[in-house]
Amino acid sequence: MGARPLTLGRRNRELLYLAAVGVLTGFGFASVYIARQSLVSWGSLGYAVFFFALYLAAHVVARFATPEADPYLLPMAGLLTAIGVTEIYRLGPDDAFKQGLWIVIGVGLFALALLWLRRDYRELENYKYLFGLAAIALLFLPRVPGLGETVNGARLWVHVGPVQFQPGEFAKIFLIVFLAAYLREKREVLAQGRLKDMGPLLLIWGGCMLVLVSSNDLGSALLYYGIFLSMLYVATARLSYVAAGVVLFAIGGVGAYREIPHVRERITIWLHPWTTEKVFCPTTGTKTLRQDCQSYQLVKSLYSIANGGFGGAGLGKGTFTTADGKPLIPYVSSDFIYSALAQELGLIGAAALLLVFMLFVARGMKIALQADDGFSKLLAAGLTFGFAAQTFIIVGGVVRLIPLTGITLPFVSYGGSSVVANFLLLAGLLLVSQRANVKG
Amino acid sequence: MNRQISALALVALVLLSALVVATTYWQAWAAPSLAAKQDNAIQRVAQFRIKRGLIYASDGKTLLAKNRAVKRAGQTLYFRTYPTHGFASQTIGYSTQGRARAGLERSENAYLTASNANLGTIFDKLTDNLKGTTVTGNNLVLNLRVGVQKMAETALAGKCGAAVMLNPKTGAVYVMASSPTYDPNKIESNKGYASILRSPSACPGSTSALLNRATQGLYPPGSTFKTVTAAAALDSNVYTPDSRFDDPGYCMEYGQKVSNAGNPEAPETFGNVDFLQAYQHSINSVFCNIGKRLGAKRVIDKAKDFGFYEQPPIELPSSMVEASGEFNFRKHELFDDPGLMDPGRLAFGQDKLLVTPLQMALVAAAVANGGTIMEPHLVKKVTAPGSSKTVMKTKPKVWKHAMKPQTAAELNTGMQAVITGGTATGVQIPGIKWAGKTGTAETGDGHYYDAWFIFFAPADNPQVAGAVVVEHSLNGFGGAVAAPIAKQLVQAILPSPSK
Repeated sequence: MGARPLTLGRRNRELLYLAAVGVLTGFGFASVYIARQSLVSWGSLGYAVFFFALYLAAHVVARFATPEADPYLLPMAGLLTAIGVTEIYRLGPDDAFKQGLWIVIGVGLFALALLWLRRDYRELENYKYLFGLAAIALLFLPRVPGLGETVNGARLWVHVGPVQFQPGEFAKIFLIVFLAAYLREKREVLAQGRLKDMGPLLLIWGGCMLVLVSSNDLGSALLYYGIFLSMLYVATARLSYVAAGVVLFAIGGVGAYREIPHVRERITIWLHPWTTEKVFCPTTGTKTLRQDCQSYQLVKSLYSIANGGFGGAGLGKGTFTTADGKPLIPYVSSDFIYSALAQELGLIGAAALLLVFMLFVARGMKIALQADDGFSKLLAAGLTFGFAAQTFIIVGGVVRLIPLTGITLPFVSYGGSSVVANFLLLAGLLLVSQRANVKG
Repeated sequence: MNRQISALALVALVLLSALVVATTYWQAWAAPSLAAKQDNAIQRVAQFRIKRGLIYASDGKTLLAKNRAVKRAGQTLYFRTYPTHGFASQTIGYSTQGRARAGLERSENAYLTASNANLGTIFDKLTDNLKGTTVTGNNLVLNLRVGVQKMAETALAGKCGAAVMLNPKTGAVYVMASSPTYDPNKIESNKGYASILRSPSACPGSTSALLNRATQGLYPPGSTFKTVTAAAALDSNVYTPDSRFDDPGYCMEYGQKVSNAGNPEAPETFGNVDFLQAYQHSINSVFCNIGKRLGAKRVIDKAKDFGFYEQPPIELPSSMVEASGEFNFRKHELFDDPGLMDPGRLAFGQDKLLVTPLQMALVAAAVANGGTIMEPHLVKKVTAPGSSKTVMKTKPKVWKHAMKPQTAAELNTGMQAVITGGTATGVQIPGIKWAGKTGTAETGDGHYYDAWFIFFAPADNPQVAGAVVVEHSLNGFGGAVAAPIAKQLVQAILPSPSK
């Protein structure tokens, strides 16, 4: 032991990084406070202290349950939630309080998951069909009369008393668990191309897709499809499956473009957000420029990003309301949080933020590489790729790289279900990492 | 499985890198074009978070435009107010939320919002941004003189027209008045804007008070243009000041009589006159013949030497400055093909000539300044906010060499004679020798004329030069309608001769 006294253990490193995140959070809130009230208040420090305490608790649980797990993931999640809450606070202090509550719940569930599954999370494998069915049930939940609610053209929400959540976020995790377990079991036969074994897989997947397309949630459909294909590839090593999947997707895409007006509209907005002549506007029933109607959100978001420039307007100094105080971008703190951050932090800040996502993905993939059983590898790879794909789909939509579909930016966007689900994802990765590092 | 996982990791990281590239595209490459989009409300709002620079008259004290701070949604926005409620309104313009900007508020926006490329300004703005304090724009100090400008506006009130007065040696614009005018504070509200647009009946045709008649108003110059024709005649050596002419009261153009001013049946005739007398008495028949002999090309080329067919380089938005010249009414654009012009009528300023008051003031300035026209400037200097540090000081710059100094000296004599014994004897000023040229342009509407006077003073050492036009006045001769306004302005701006 005495030979390397300066080397910090994994959890001590985690603590150090968390402290750095805590300091950063303090600066972020102070900046927003100054911009809003022109004064430094202890309230800003209070937020940072609260956050630090919360993550300290998570750290203590991790120290007990997963002492040898990756030390970077928890601080990175902390950083992302802190950036998110700071920006949400800047956009609307009331939302930030709610988001803070959801983060507390998320950290709580994270701790419970770690404690509960710390002995062997692989027991979950035994309940794979339960997870598959639960995923479908969760996806169907918003369709249940009296429970579901339509927001922004998509029926994704469930209302239970005062609580409102998007079950789809949890369905994603459950689906990954199911796929990891099922593919681990069947990977050899699947690799040989026996169609019979594809049955349950296609069934579960088809069910998900049907629900998603019928509820107009295209972003999630794309996400699940990506997760499905990537995990199938990792399990079978057959690129032909991926190729076939892409071809199928292309056919489906063309069909959807022809048959589903909602899809056609999304594609049109993506290709031609600006028009010089007035076109029909379905929401008002009159003819207006497209940038004043269907692509209003996207265009306003692009203006917001562009306004950031290289260095950004500064945290708390961006423009999100008109001179009359009306909001410029609808859903700015959920779907469009990235364009808000890009305006205030500029290219430097936005690139740094994306770098944190990349590091998170790199660590996740490293865990998948280090894990030594099929289920663990598939689980870690699936969770990580799901995280990356979700980031790509929402940010790619916001920067007009792909058609815009409303899903959340992991850990950053305003939205309780998203935050909680991503903490479960984090717990999964830490559990796999713990096992891999102990064995290795 | 590790090979596949590595491949998947690569795909994921490539996808996320693409986001960095796309963000870079929007924030670096596409940012300027997006900022220029009409519906980019952020840009509009961002402008209001900047405390625009103040605008002062030439005394550096009289505030023409200042800011009103409004706290809204946790941020302070600054809106413009104009404490003078209408002082050179069209020239200073406005900066509003709903109707964007006009006048100097538009053309000098970079200085007023501290987004100009001056190193000191960039540094101040950067530190303002870092410190979180409001960015404050640079202040403008104009050349406009409070007293004389007001006097010009009062003199033009109730009429339609414009007055321009500038320093012929430096180009500093002391007066730029346009009537009818408006209160820029009313632009923002729809009701106020409508009341500005509702035209007073004094002037037919383009009636808008928003029009800066001094730089945008296009009028037939009438006899004031004889100054340009005379410069062409003398510069070309075809004529000398001593050239003699017989005036029969009319000149033959394409087989038709073109009569001198007055009753066409019994036109005024002057008999045998020399060149300068013909100018002094503004004899159309003589100038008609001079034009025919010179040809339209030589006259129009000389006009170009005076800056016709170009926008005078003044600090106003280019859409608010018109070039002068022969005008094709059908195509609504200038043309300079001499083959399409009537040289006789061109010579005395009718034909299809349309000019701005600013251009005619520059013609007078050319004579006053030995043939050299300086660039006209509204802005005296730009100063840093909160200090007297000068960011930019306008330096006099030559714009045109309009004619030979000799010609300018001869025309100076001719223009003095207009006042001492020509068409403007009514506006002599005791103790001050000054010079001018009247113009009474037919408008094609009965006895209504556009009355002109271009002038400079004092004649032997010109301090000011200018032009006054009064639109569409009944039996309004330049010497009777426009010249008295010019006299008032000259008397007000020059030191009293008794001292």
